[in-house]
Order: sequence, then structure tokens, then C-alpha cells
Amino acid sequence: MSAPLLDRRRTLAAAAGFGLSLQFLARQAFAASEADLSRRKLIVVICRGGMDGLSVAPPLGDPAYAGLRGSIALGDEALKLDGTFGLHPALGAVHALAMAGQARIVPAVATPDRARSHFEAQDVLESGAAGVYGAASGWLNRAVQSLSAQRKVEALSVGATAPLILRGEAPAGSWSPGKGVDGSTRLPALLQDLYKDDPVLGPALARGLATEAMAQAAASGLAAAPAGAAAAAMSDPGGSAAPYVRQGREAARKLGATLAGFMRAPGGPQIAALSLDGFDTHANQGAAQGQLANRLGYLDAALNGVQTGLGPDWRDTVVLVATEFGRTARVNGTGGTDHGTASTALVLGGGLTPGGVIGDWPTLKAAALFENRDVAPTLDMRGLFKGVLLDQLGVDRRALDTTVFPDSGAVKPTTGLV
Amino acid sequence: MIDRDLKAALAVTRFGLGARAGEIAQAKSDPEGYLRAQIRPAGADQPQTNGETSAQRVAGLRELRQMRREARDDAAPDARDPVKAAQRMLRDDTATDFLGRVRLGATTDAAFRERWALFWANHFTVSAVKLATAAVVGPFETEAIRPHVFGRFEDLLIAAETHPGMLLYLDQAQSVGPNSRAATYFRRASAGPERPVGLNENLAREILELHTVGVDGGYGQADVTEFARALTGVSIGGPREGPEQTGAPVFRAAAHEPGARTVMGVRYGEAGRGQGEAILADLARKPQTARFLCTKIARHFTADDPDPALVARLERSWAEGGGRLDRVAEALVTAPEAWDPAPAKFKTPYEFVVSSWRTAGGAPGDAGLLARTLNGMGQKAFSAPSPKGWPEDIASWTAPDAIVKRMIWAQAFSAAVVGERDPRELAMAALGARLRPATATAVARAESRPEAFALLLMSPEFQRR
Repeated sequence: MSAPLLDRRRTLAAAAGFGLSLQFLARQAFAASEADLSRRKLIVVICRGGMDGLSVAPPLGDPAYAGLRGSIALGDEALKLDGTFGLHPALGAVHALAMAGQARIVPAVATPDRARSHFEAQDVLESGAAGVYGAASGWLNRAVQSLSAQRKVEALSVGATAPLILRGEAPAGSWSPGKGVDGSTRLPALLQDLYKDDPVLGPALARGLATEAMAQAAASGLAAAPAGAAAAAMSDPGGSAAPYVRQGREAARKLGATLAGFMRAPGGPQIAALSLDGFDTHANQGAAQGQLANRLGYLDAALNGVQTGLGPDWRDTVVLVATEFGRTARVNGTGGTDHGTASTALVLGGGLTPGGVIGDWPTLKAAALFENRDVAPTLDMRGLFKGVLLDQLGVDRRALDTTVFPDSGAVKPTTGLV
Repeated sequence: MIDRDLKAALAVTRFGLGARAGEIAQAKSDPEGYLRAQIRPAGADQPQTNGETSAQRVAGLRELRQMRREARDDAAPDARDPVKAAQRMLRDDTATDFLGRVRLGATTDAAFRERWALFWANHFTVSAVKLATAAVVGPFETEAIRPHVFGRFEDLLIAAETHPGMLLYLDQAQSVGPNSRAATYFRRASAGPERPVGLNENLAREILELHTVGVDGGYGQADVTEFARALTGVSIGGPREGPEQTGAPVFRAAAHEPGARTVMGVRYGEAGRGQGEAILADLARKPQTARFLCTKIARHFTADDPDPALVARLERSWAEGGGRLDRVAEALVTAPEAWDPAPAKFKTPYEFVVSSWRTAGGAPGDAGLLARTLNGMGQKAFSAPSPKGWPEDIASWTAPDAIVKRMIWAQAFSAAVVGERDPRELAMAALGARLRPATATAVARAESRPEAFALLLMSPEFQRR
């Protein structure tokens, strides 16, 4: 099953040794077959609120870092990645993957939006449009639409509300932890009948019931997470009490494992979206410990749950972690950071091309800061998304440039990551 | 011209919170008048709570923090218990506040008035995402929102933005002018303060973007920063101000950034507390604010994509009344565009649960169960996901899983409440002329009362308004 991928990685490593272009090889010599593509999985994790990239992957080696960050700067407790970057100490599982060549950071990436508004920026991040309110559906949904011409693709969002990224014409499932459907009653069938002419409720209920059936099948192998705790892990900052944080991490791990269970089930989704909120750290964001550390701990646990839960399928999976914008380079007057521009994205996966940082690092030199306050973007988020959709799922390049990311022909896909 | 039966059903279900027994019949003689009679200068009704003010809650929080610090110093293993108990008490208070609000919605005779209040509470969202804000969300609504919802927008705006709940939620309480006396003092002091001292622009930005002129209202980053400087000093009373001021809104002149400010092209001279309030008053009067708010009102009550004629009508009433919200409410319920028979809005989980209780009669009594119910449907009590508040659009609330969660709840709820009543009569009382033949048939053919009632609650027309 895995032989082609393992071979590919070995060959790539050898090729790198001979100084050949990895990107060239990745695209030309190893264009993935259809059978291979249908096993491929993609999970997009959206961290809402503006995740502070300088805390996710602190540029410890940047001479300006410690001065700008003051009380929230990380030091020796950060997990080293290379001469410049480390990872936040709460991201232990991500760090272990990075050491195995299965996680990379994108330290200065941003959407095309520059308004520093959560809502505009999340809209642009999820719609994939060049500007705010440029599209009423999400780019991941339109990627599914494009792929549907070639093969059957299922998509799922985790959470009680449907995120924009997966809204649109292509039907997508959704799931959140909670009590299951009582299959012994007639109500589901009666309602489906009552909804038969309802363009919204009919399809929604049908998909919800199908996912619910899949959840019951997938959960049979898993110790069920307490519903309340899992929901809390997605949305509750958890307070400051240690037991809540521990519970939150455990719930986040189970949430990740449950999602993995869905994706491994026969006929399960190949594409999934998961949101975590609570990253809007204007005050007392903390350093190695504190508010942001707790949220990053949840993120790490959820990613760990996904990775371990996927088992052998991890090598066919890519996980993208992105946020709507980064935060100010300087700590603000209240021990936090305000809305900024570029942030750090994470790319993880068992089949990742090992390598260093993705995209250039603009540095934190005063002259390099965007508008004298934020990390300057060096990479368009759409390019990152396009590259992954192209290499991992085989989405058509023309569709990427025109429908999935409208008017984005000038934005080059970041290829060669898988 | 729509018939009066249909209009009565729309009045109660679209503008209110769903029909209690006999309510549609009551509205029939004059559906518009039924709604207009609910508009009153005294503001919205107040839910039953334990009566604590936000100042008392903030004082309680301070005590809890103090206990935590002491507990940390104390090595005894059981020393944490009082901390937990205090924390639990604060969480219980929040749950009680929320239960009180739902009970008011389930039982009130003036449900349009309540919907109007809920709209403004959501517009000025304070979310219970941290313990500090959780404890004051309830009092924030009762103190800053409900008394002002039929008054001038300017008064509502100033009440909301200077209330401790908002100051805590959007981090204003700690914002200090970089050149203020307080900052200078701390910089000079050899041992600096525990926390950094300086500007936080969160509140200023959200006032512009979400509460007044809107994101396209014609401001830039410089306006945000200037406004934030003007707001410095607006804070919450602490130990420094003495016990009688603890938790109350205060102005700390020493933390205020000195000097004149320019926001959206207008220069505001140094006026201490008055500087921020003068900017707020000007923002309240801007036509962009009227446009932004009237669009939002029309969207909330009628359609995700509201009729521009309705928005224009509301804007005119806003302008003529100088931002008087009773006039705008009146314009809304008398606007022909607001009475389109097709229900374009999908109930939020909160509206769904409250209207289900109104149909069933009675009100919830278990705060924990209520919290779990709404959490499962994606609308956690007092916990909007961001300062933007809960979303309005149908796509946000109709994820497949959310519909399944509504169904699971409707099934359990129906079994618990329907009793020996005739579901066909309940259906007529709930929807009146809006009841579709297909739903009436499904209800009539159901094999049990609970099944029939669940079908009614989950019917497409009950889910919409």
C-alpha cells in the first residue's frame, strides 16, 4: 500500500543529494495516479481569533525578537527547529513530527486582506476570494466541486455550525460530539418525508443522519469522549484552572481521534475542516504558560489525536493549520498583542517532503515590519492552499486559478510540499 | 394585501418569539397594533435574576482571585476547595442569569419587546468566554442594554461601551495611555509593575467596526489608535478607588493619554472622560451608523438579504427621530416590506428552544439541561463566538449535524412536555394560518402525541419565521 510513497521519498532524498530540483521531480516524475489520489486526505484546521504566529513558531534567532516581545518572549523553553525558529513548548506533538520531517512551518503567510478585522479576514481566509465578501461559498467546497468531476469526494466539517470554508454547492457533512440518534423511532423517516420539498432542511437532515450512522460505527472502536468536554475543547478557553486544561487536552485529542475514525471508515470523508477558537489574545496572553499556551496545547492534542488515530493512513494525509491574521510584533500595553498581518501556518503530514521553513522570513528588523507593527507577509495564503490542493489532491490547476481561488492566476501555488 | 389571520401569525412568530396558546387569536384584531403596543420608553423587561449588580460580581471575582493567590501560597491540600466553591458560585450565577432570560422569553406577553432587546444584546455582544466576563454578561444586559433599547441610540451606545462588562470583554479596563501620568510613573519606578502598562486598541476597533459605522464606515488604522488613546482612563474601580467604587465604571484621569485626538477627520480637544464620549456621540450620529444598524435590524427580522426599500424606510425613521430606537421599532412593524408571507429567516437555536417552550406552555427550570441543549445546537449560553455576536444567516444554523441535534432535542422535549393535549390544536395555536397542509397531515397521522409534537416543532415552518 505504502510502497510507492516510501519509494518516492527515498528517491526524492537521493535526488536532493544530486542537486536536482525537488519541485521538478515532485511534479513531473511522480504525478500521482488516480488510485493513489483517492486515498489522499486533507484536513484544514482554522484557528480563529488571529493566532499569534510569533508564539507558535518563535524566531528565537532573530535579534529583534526578544526586545519586541518583552514579557511574552519565549526563551530556552521553546522547542528548537533550526538556527532561527523554535516551536511553542505546548506544541510537543507537532515538534516530534517536525523532527521526523512530517511537520513544517510557514512563518510569514497572510491572506490578501489587510484590514485587521477578524470577520473580514476570516471571510477571505475561508472564501478564498481576493477581497472581502468576494465569494459566498468556501474554497474547500469549490475544491470538492472541482474534484467531483473526476471522482467521488466526501467532505465533513466538525462543529455544530457550518464554517464558510465548506459551505457551497457541493454537499458536505457536519458532525459534533453529543448524544446520538435513537434509531428505533420513526421520527427521522417522517421528517425526511416532511422535508422532501425543502431545499435546505431536506439535504441537511439526510446528510446529518448519514454522518450520525457513520459516527456510531466509527465510535464503536473508540472510548467515547464526554460530549460536553469535547465541545469545550473546541470553543472554551478553559479558564486557568489546571484540571480544566488537562480535560480540555484530553477532549481535544479524542476529538482529533474521532475525526480520524470518520476518515478511515469506508466511504468516509477525504476532506475535513475543523475550527478552534480562542486565539484573540489582546491581554495577558502569557509565554510558555498561560492563555495562549492552553489553546496551543489543545491544538497540539487535537493534531496528535488525528495523527495517531489515522494510523497507517497518516502517510496519505496532509493537515493545514491556518489563522485569519497574525498579531502585532510588539507586545502591547496589556501583556497581549493586537490584530496584525502575517502569521504562521503549519503543514503536517506523513507524506510531506522533508524540508525547512516554507516561504521567506522577512525578519523582525524595524524596517522589515509591515506598517511598522506586524510581521510582513512573504507568502500569499492562497498559494499555500493551492499548492497543497494541487499536489495532495490533484485539483486541476485551471480550476485553482479561476474557481477555487477566483482571479488568483498571479498567485503561484507553493508546490513540492508532498 | 395579506389576510388578517396570516398577518396575526406573522406578527407573533416573525416579530415575537413564537406563539403561546391564544396569542395569535389575540393579535388578530390589529396585528400591527399588537406589536406597537409593546414599544415603551421604559425599555425592555428585566429577567428574574439573583439581583446582583455587575459591581458586586466584579467584587466577587476580585475576592476569588485573592483566594487563588492565597491558596497558591498555602501548602495544605484542601486549601483549594474554597476557591473551587467560589468559582462554582460565579458559574452558577451566570447559569441562573441565562435561565432567567430564557424564562422571560418563554413567558412574556410582550415577545416583540424581548426580541428587540435580544437583538441589541447581540449587537453589543459581551461573551462569557472568560470567567471575568461570564460573571458580568447577565448584569451587562440588564444594566446597559435593556433600559435603553427604545431610547436614543447614542445613550445605548455610551451605556454599553462604558459598562464594566464591555470593558472587561474587549480589554479596555487595562488600557493605559503611553504618555499618561500612570505610565510615566510606572516607567520611572525602579521595580516595574507586574503587568506591562500601555495601550490596548481592541475596544476602539470593535466600536468602529461592529457597533457603529461598520467596517466600510470610512476609518483607518490611525483612527482606531487615536480613538483607543481617547478612551484610555475608562476603566473599572479597583482597590485604588476604594470599596464603594469596586467594580463600578470609573474614569482614571492618571491613565488617560493627554492631548487632543483626531478621529475620522474631527479634532477632539483634551476633555478627560468627555473626549471618548464626544467621539462616541459623533459616531452615533453618523449616517453610516444609521445605515449599518438599519440594515442589521432588517436582516435580523426579515431576511438574510433584506429588501433595500425596508432598509431605506428604517434609515428615514432613524434620521427623523435623531436615532430614537422606539421610532425605528415602530417603522419596522408598520413597514409593508416586513410582512412578506414567505418566512425567509431560520430560527437560531435560542429562538427555537424559546418558541418551543412558548408552544408547549411553561418555561425551563433546569439551568444545566438548558445549557447542554443550546451548547449541542451550537449556541452556547452567553458565549457568542466573537465580538460580532451570533450569526444571522441560514447557512450558519443549518449544518447537517445541527439539524440532527435539533431533532434529538425535539424528540426528548416532546416526550417530556406534551402530556394529554391534542397536537392538532397545538399546531394551530403555534402557527395559525402559517401551518401548511403537509405538516397538519403529518401531525394528525402521527402514532403518538410526542411524535406529533416533535413533528410540529421540527416542521419547516416552525423552524422558520
